[in-house]
Amino acid sequence: MNVMKSNLFKRQDLINYGLLALLLLVVLPLTLDIFRLNLVGKYLSYAFAAIGLVLCWGYGGILSLGQGIFFGIGGYAMAMFLKLEASSPEATAIQSTPGIPDFMDWNQLTALPWFWEPFNSLGFTVLAILFVAPLFAFVVATAMFKRRVGGVYFAIITQAIAAILTILIIGQQGYTGGVNGITDLRTLMGWDIRSDSAKYVLYFFGVAMLFLCLLMAHLVLKSKLGRLLVAIRDREDRVRFSGYDVSNFKIFVFCFAAMLSAIGGAMFTLQVGFMSPTLVGIVPSIEMVIFCALGGRLSIIGAVYGALLVNAAKTTMSEAFPELWLFAMGALFIGVVLAFPNGLAGLYTLLVDKFKQRRAHSSAPANRTSAPAAEKEQVDSSSGVTAPSQS
Amino acid sequence: MRMRDKKATTHSPLRRRLLKGFLALQAAVVLGNASIASAEEVNTTGLAVTEDTVKVGILHSITGTMAISETGSVQAEKLAIDQINAMGGVLGRQIEYIQEDGASDWPTFAEKSRKLLVNDKVAAVFGCWTSASRKAVLPVFEQYNGMLYYPTFYEGLEESPNVIYTGQEATQQILEGLDWASREKGAKTFYLLGSDYIWPRTSNKIARKHIENKLGAKVLGEEYYPLGHTQFNSVINKIKLRKPDVVFISVVGGSNVAFYKQLKAAGIDMTQEKPLFVTISVTEDEILGIGGENIDGIYASMKYFQSLPNDNNQAFVKAFKEKYGDDIVIGDVTQAAYLGPWLWKAAVEKAGSFDIDKVRAASPGIELTTAPEGYVRIHENHHLWSKTRIGKAHTDGQYEVVYESSDLIEPNPFPEGYQ
Repeated sequence: MNVMKSNLFKRQDLINYGLLALLLLVVLPLTLDIFRLNLVGKYLSYAFAAIGLVLCWGYGGILSLGQGIFFGIGGYAMAMFLKLEASSPEATAIQSTPGIPDFMDWNQLTALPWFWEPFNSLGFTVLAILFVAPLFAFVVATAMFKRRVGGVYFAIITQAIAAILTILIIGQQGYTGGVNGITDLRTLMGWDIRSDSAKYVLYFFGVAMLFLCLLMAHLVLKSKLGRLLVAIRDREDRVRFSGYDVSNFKIFVFCFAAMLSAIGGAMFTLQVGFMSPTLVGIVPSIEMVIFCALGGRLSIIGAVYGALLVNAAKTTMSEAFPELWLFAMGALFIGVVLAFPNGLAGLYTLLVDKFKQRRAHSSAPANRTSAPAAEKEQVDSSSGVTAPSQS
Repeated sequence: MRMRDKKATTHSPLRRRLLKGFLALQAAVVLGNASIASAEEVNTTGLAVTEDTVKVGILHSITGTMAISETGSVQAEKLAIDQINAMGGVLGRQIEYIQEDGASDWPTFAEKSRKLLVNDKVAAVFGCWTSASRKAVLPVFEQYNGMLYYPTFYEGLEESPNVIYTGQEATQQILEGLDWASREKGAKTFYLLGSDYIWPRTSNKIARKHIENKLGAKVLGEEYYPLGHTQFNSVINKIKLRKPDVVFISVVGGSNVAFYKQLKAAGIDMTQEKPLFVTISVTEDEILGIGGENIDGIYASMKYFQSLPNDNNQAFVKAFKEKYGDDIVIGDVTQAAYLGPWLWKAAVEKAGSFDIDKVRAASPGIELTTAPEGYVRIHENHHLWSKTRIGKAHTDGQYEVVYESSDLIEPNPFPEGYQ
């Protein structure tokens, strides 16, 4: 335990977190106007889901193509609370039934459905954001992992659930807002979330939540649990033969990823001011995997950078070339994955190692035996990073 | 891609005179230098207006599933802007447009609209197509006080001070079509069929009330299918079984292709008019995908068809084809999108200012006698007075206009008795 504690934050970890904090808390707020900063806040809300995927996919080896489900659950829970607040009888006097959300009125509902009622309370809403998604994930994961369903089958099933949930939301438009989603959210406990000052507050709140989640993820990875996850990923049967109930660990990490994703969804709703089924389905779920892959699926910080960079690239490219930007994005994905299989984090680790080596070399007496020797050394040191087995 | 078309901004008097002569036919407003008010006078709220340019936004999906529908709107808006620029611009200023891609994704629409209003400070935005995208941008337009010209026929139930709705709302489009079917074709029974989202549902709600309460006829069935659905065999069987006089259809997008092909494959000859098929969602654009031979004989109830014989429309179709090629077709929404820049120009000139509040105040009562659909006027509720026509589809992919409402129909987005 003592050994673990001293290893909890290595110097390099602290530097990496510090750099991220510097970027998000100082550099970006000072250089960007509030419109762009709000966009960064939106990008960061995807980072929550990407961090979850690093744990679940990068370390646990469980590829989930359905993180959008949990992102959506969190986002919709937040949106339901905000929508109820925006649908006071005074604000909706024009409707045939004042006091219910506008889309219910358009769909001939005359009373608030029972499952909307609890969302009048902020406390319930926060609990729902934190625990409904993990609960749902628990049911799915238990059903799958206890029966030793895994790998590709699990990925397909998560994808199917994402599709089902989208269809459900779109089909039940009287209760969910349908394709339009839940729009026109205005205030949180009377506080106008659309004003510029609110956007600053929400941005910094989002960053704080992000660091909280990073910390939790970090603790999980550095604990014995994290080691076991890697072991399960690489040789599941060996871990099982050693007497561990493998499925419980897998269930835990999947639920944890779901919770992170749901927090991200709630942050998204707050930053953007609406929630829609386009954020729940298969496409956004796969995009989240892309953020994670591009950032580096073995690095939780890499996932944050991945979400930031991909979304920033999306915005700038689509502004510059509205007709061609999708091709540029495709080229970017293929290029990065081909050139750096471990994503940007892999590239960063490589550079840091090289830098350290050079420093070590320059401080040591000049050793000019041969270049291949240095190269060999570098390979040795980088092999310290556990590369995931290809599945 | 930002276009900075400055070819007509030169101050050379010779060029100006040439332009004037060249455009004498359609020239309604060519302002001399003397009559151009300074930028400070016509823009007191910090919009992107200079002494000789004004920036506007175009916000449609040009990628993703909606691109096929929205491309026509983009083309029409660009054509209108080019024509206005060639005539001397708006208040002596050339229009520059900034185009953004909504990517068929509602959050993207919200992001881009915020960018256009906050960063680019555009004086107006021409854009959106689906109701979902409009709902996503609406709070942004209301918060930053922008002006959106929205081209699509839609479900109504909305009246924003920051939107001018250049398409028809549901009652304008539907009631005339139902009355026509009842009066001319003696229809007594109807079958309602639509895609599952807010527009078909609201449209059918209005249709049902009208059929049951006003026409004294019967609705035999009402069904919805998810967007993108392609298996219509069961509903086709039901139609064959229950033999309604009219099938009233609001199926949108790619589902149309499957639906009409399967109808034909099931041995229903639409030209027999047994039952009579009336659509409110298939424009000439959709027929391109469905194929004229698969839809020959159905009727559509809308405000515009490419085949309208009036002079305005002839000129419009000619200009459209010159710019985009002879194969291009023009649907109802494309024409409505074309009205946007013209209505905005007229309101700005009436207000003598680009300020959003003044443009809004000037908008009701603005009329356009040069509209391809004939004549339109902006109502107090920001929708257009317009006529409704019934067109019959032919194998060449065009509609033949068989009926036209005698008067302009008042827009009524919150219809009493239809809620």
